[in-house]
Amino acid sequence: MKFITAIFLTAFLAFAIGLFTGLPWWSFVITSFLVAMGIHQKSGKAFLTGFLGLFILWTFLAIIKDFSNEHILSIKVAKILPLGGSYLVLIFVTGLIGGLVSGLAAISGSTARKNRANL
Amino acid sequence: MRIVPFLISTAATAGLVFVLNSSWPTGKTKTPRLGYFLSPQQGFWQNEEASNTSFSGNVKLEGLKSKVDVFMDERLVPHIYAQTDLDAYYVQGFIHAKFRLWQMEFQTYVAAGRLSEIAGPERLNIDLFFRRLGMVYGAEQTMQRMEKDHEMQATVDAYTEGVNAYIKSLKPEEIPFEYKLMDYKPEAWTPLKTYLFLMYMSYDLTGSGAKQDLTMSNAKNYLGYEAFEQLFPNVQDSLDPIIPKGTAFAKPSIVPIAPKDVDSPYLNKSAYSSSAESPLTPNRNNGSNNWAVSGKKTASGRPILCNDPHLGLNLPSLWYEVQINTPTHNTYGASFPGAPAVIIGFNDSIAWGVTNAGRDVLDYYEVQFKDTSMQEYWYNGEWKKAELRLETIKVKGKPDVNEYIAMTTMGPVMYDRHYKSDSIHPQYLAVKWTATKAGTGLKTFYKLNRAKNFDDYQKAIAEWSCPGQNFAFASKSGDIAIKQQGSFVARWKRQGDFIMPGIDSTYQWQGMIPESENPMIKNPERGWVSSANQKATDSTYPYYLGTSNNFPVYRGVMINKRLSVMNGITPMDMQYLQNENFDVFAEMARPVLLKNIDVSKLTTTEKKYVDIMRDWNFRNEVTAQGATVFNAIWDSLEEVVWKDDFKNAKSPMPWPDGSTLLDNLLKNNNYRFADNINTPDKIETIEDDVMEAVKKASVFLAQLEKDKKLDWGIVKDTRVNHLLQLPALSRLHLPIGGGKNCVNATTSAHGPSWRMIVHMTDETEAYGVYPGGQSGNPGSKFYDNFIDSWVAGKYYKLLFLSKENANKNEKIKWHMTFTNG
Repeated sequence: MKFITAIFLTAFLAFAIGLFTGLPWWSFVITSFLVAMGIHQKSGKAFLTGFLGLFILWTFLAIIKDFSNEHILSIKVAKILPLGGSYLVLIFVTGLIGGLVSGLAAISGSTARKNRANL
Repeated sequence: MRIVPFLISTAATAGLVFVLNSSWPTGKTKTPRLGYFLSPQQGFWQNEEASNTSFSGNVKLEGLKSKVDVFMDERLVPHIYAQTDLDAYYVQGFIHAKFRLWQMEFQTYVAAGRLSEIAGPERLNIDLFFRRLGMVYGAEQTMQRMEKDHEMQATVDAYTEGVNAYIKSLKPEEIPFEYKLMDYKPEAWTPLKTYLFLMYMSYDLTGSGAKQDLTMSNAKNYLGYEAFEQLFPNVQDSLDPIIPKGTAFAKPSIVPIAPKDVDSPYLNKSAYSSSAESPLTPNRNNGSNNWAVSGKKTASGRPILCNDPHLGLNLPSLWYEVQINTPTHNTYGASFPGAPAVIIGFNDSIAWGVTNAGRDVLDYYEVQFKDTSMQEYWYNGEWKKAELRLETIKVKGKPDVNEYIAMTTMGPVMYDRHYKSDSIHPQYLAVKWTATKAGTGLKTFYKLNRAKNFDDYQKAIAEWSCPGQNFAFASKSGDIAIKQQGSFVARWKRQGDFIMPGIDSTYQWQGMIPESENPMIKNPERGWVSSANQKATDSTYPYYLGTSNNFPVYRGVMINKRLSVMNGITPMDMQYLQNENFDVFAEMARPVLLKNIDVSKLTTTEKKYVDIMRDWNFRNEVTAQGATVFNAIWDSLEEVVWKDDFKNAKSPMPWPDGSTLLDNLLKNNNYRFADNINTPDKIETIEDDVMEAVKKASVFLAQLEKDKKLDWGIVKDTRVNHLLQLPALSRLHLPIGGGKNCVNATTSAHGPSWRMIVHMTDETEAYGVYPGGQSGNPGSKFYDNFIDSWVAGKYYKLLFLSKENANKNEKIKWHMTFTNG
């Protein structure tokens, strides 16, 4: 339950802070950190939570944009980057990047807690 | 707190963020900031336009006089209905920015020599070139002049405000795709940017002299004047000029006189023997077709006007279609994102189209400075002060570069000790160019947008100075006309074809040809007017038009040939003519080639290719292998004939024009240049050269055939490049025919950039297409949706609607309103 709640909260808060598009793209580092601090889990689990929260959020948001666009731009970007012109790979890489940053931030959050007794 | 794991994970987070937030070099380019670029809420995903996006809505614009309605049709062409002209241009600025902001700004970065600012030090050379050519200086001159014209200043200001209103309304995640890719942000638009853009067009259409005058000087010095005259003559046998041969011209009001010493240092052998090569040059094929046929040649009895300007083909396109309707005018056509009004189009009364005049309006003068500080130069027997103009170039990731350019009475000193290429002998070259002489540019188009008849057209173009254009005209009242208009130098023969001495006024321009003496023809007996960048007149015109290299001759021959036999013309016939792939050059050249080929001396393969060429119908169609073979043999022939004569030249020289070789082959049985000067014991004939060319070409053709690339469309490989030359954003391998000598002058990345046909019936019937789309966003389905139609030679019927009809027309899909607020 804690795991699911933390993933949901990570995604939700990252989305919320992401609405302030004048802030840096990595602002979710703060929210993921706080979630991991608030809902305490072992480092490994915290990473997974942070990772999945952003991976799910970013792939979800990308997919919504991309399917209503019929992949016009994602295919082009996937050629520029270069990812073989595959929008699926591009969506995956997008999720991966958000996930990795968030996951690492979550480890920080988890290890920032003094109390390691009730794990 | 577990200090060590905490520190490690925090450092890892910070490190990863740093990596993903930075731009990294990969080969010649840099990566985008990946984290930002891929972020769905900020990065490129936001530029993915939903395929069912609605463009309707209300926009509040501060200072708008009254409500403006914009109806967007199914091709995303805006039809702007405003109560005042300034409101219309305000909204045009907003709409241009909404759909083309990145391109508008990028083009002005190029023109202003600011590419290094966004692209880094690799582009510094191009920036230096444009700065030193006087692009910024020229734009400033034009702006200063236009600011004295209240109407034009208000127009450009309203347009600027519109662009800026859009930029201000942009949320960070909404900036166009390319800004995110290259990681920079839009800046405010200014009137100067509009003038910079127009300077760029002047450069594109008249800037070839910036290189050609240098290479021609090299050629003259290397070959000697006599040989030079034969290779770069001023006559073309096939010329069918814009003004029909035999037309009488008035006595010239200026008779320029060549300096007394012109024969020795300038034209003939001079001591110095080399010069510079400029880093870039406009495409030689920048040209166009336009024509207008009178009612007596059309089925309807009304004139038809056609225009297709040939320019570099890019995405986003140079052109943007728009209709502007106000109480003073109702005009439709192609506009420039970056400038107000319509550039090529029609209104309720008239239609107009332009082609490039190709006249030489850019000259170099060799300046003598007292010393390397360039503060004083020798002119008319005294030391004159040169002002030093500072141009600061910002370079991404590097310190600023300060360029000091000496300004002389002739113009900016483009080449000096500091800015030079290899082997430049004349150390200081000032460039004198009409584009930097404060024209009234936009005003001509502003007036054409409102012109009602021939007199208005005359007045509108009278002040047009640079780039010189052939303005074709047709009116609903039945008139047709064409005039070559621009600010043209009254030259003595060969004046300005080479670098000129700049120590006194002897070689200076002696005057400009009065506008009333520019070549013009109205309602000619033959029932049509046309131009295709050929020389405007035959040799009876009392002014020197320039070297033939500047004037492609064959498209004009073809257009006039066709128009002369056409009657009962319909717009559909004109569509076919604009897409005509017949190569009249090949038609003239093939017999000479065949005459000089001795089939018995050829191998089976060589013979096969000669047969393909012999059986070809002269049409440069996509599948025509004959076109490939002919071009390969012709190109090889040019190489065989010229290469030995040019081989030892140390500095860059131009290749003689195709027409020069053809004219000589048709006339001479023993052409002096046919001989290979490297074989002293043998004198080669034309036949020897043609045979060698066939053998050379066959090797190349066999390779093409092996790769299955013998079809003309595959060899030519037409593409429409994104302005950043990124293949993923470009359209490649387009199956389209044509060629540089065809009416359909489509080459690899160059060709008809806007095809327009206007039938001057009571209710205007107009067609148009350009290789692009109305949206500059690569993430929009409107980015390149016209390209397939363009390739297929198809047109869109242009919606030219009154406001009452706009609301109800079924092709109108969206309605934007603009109100004050």
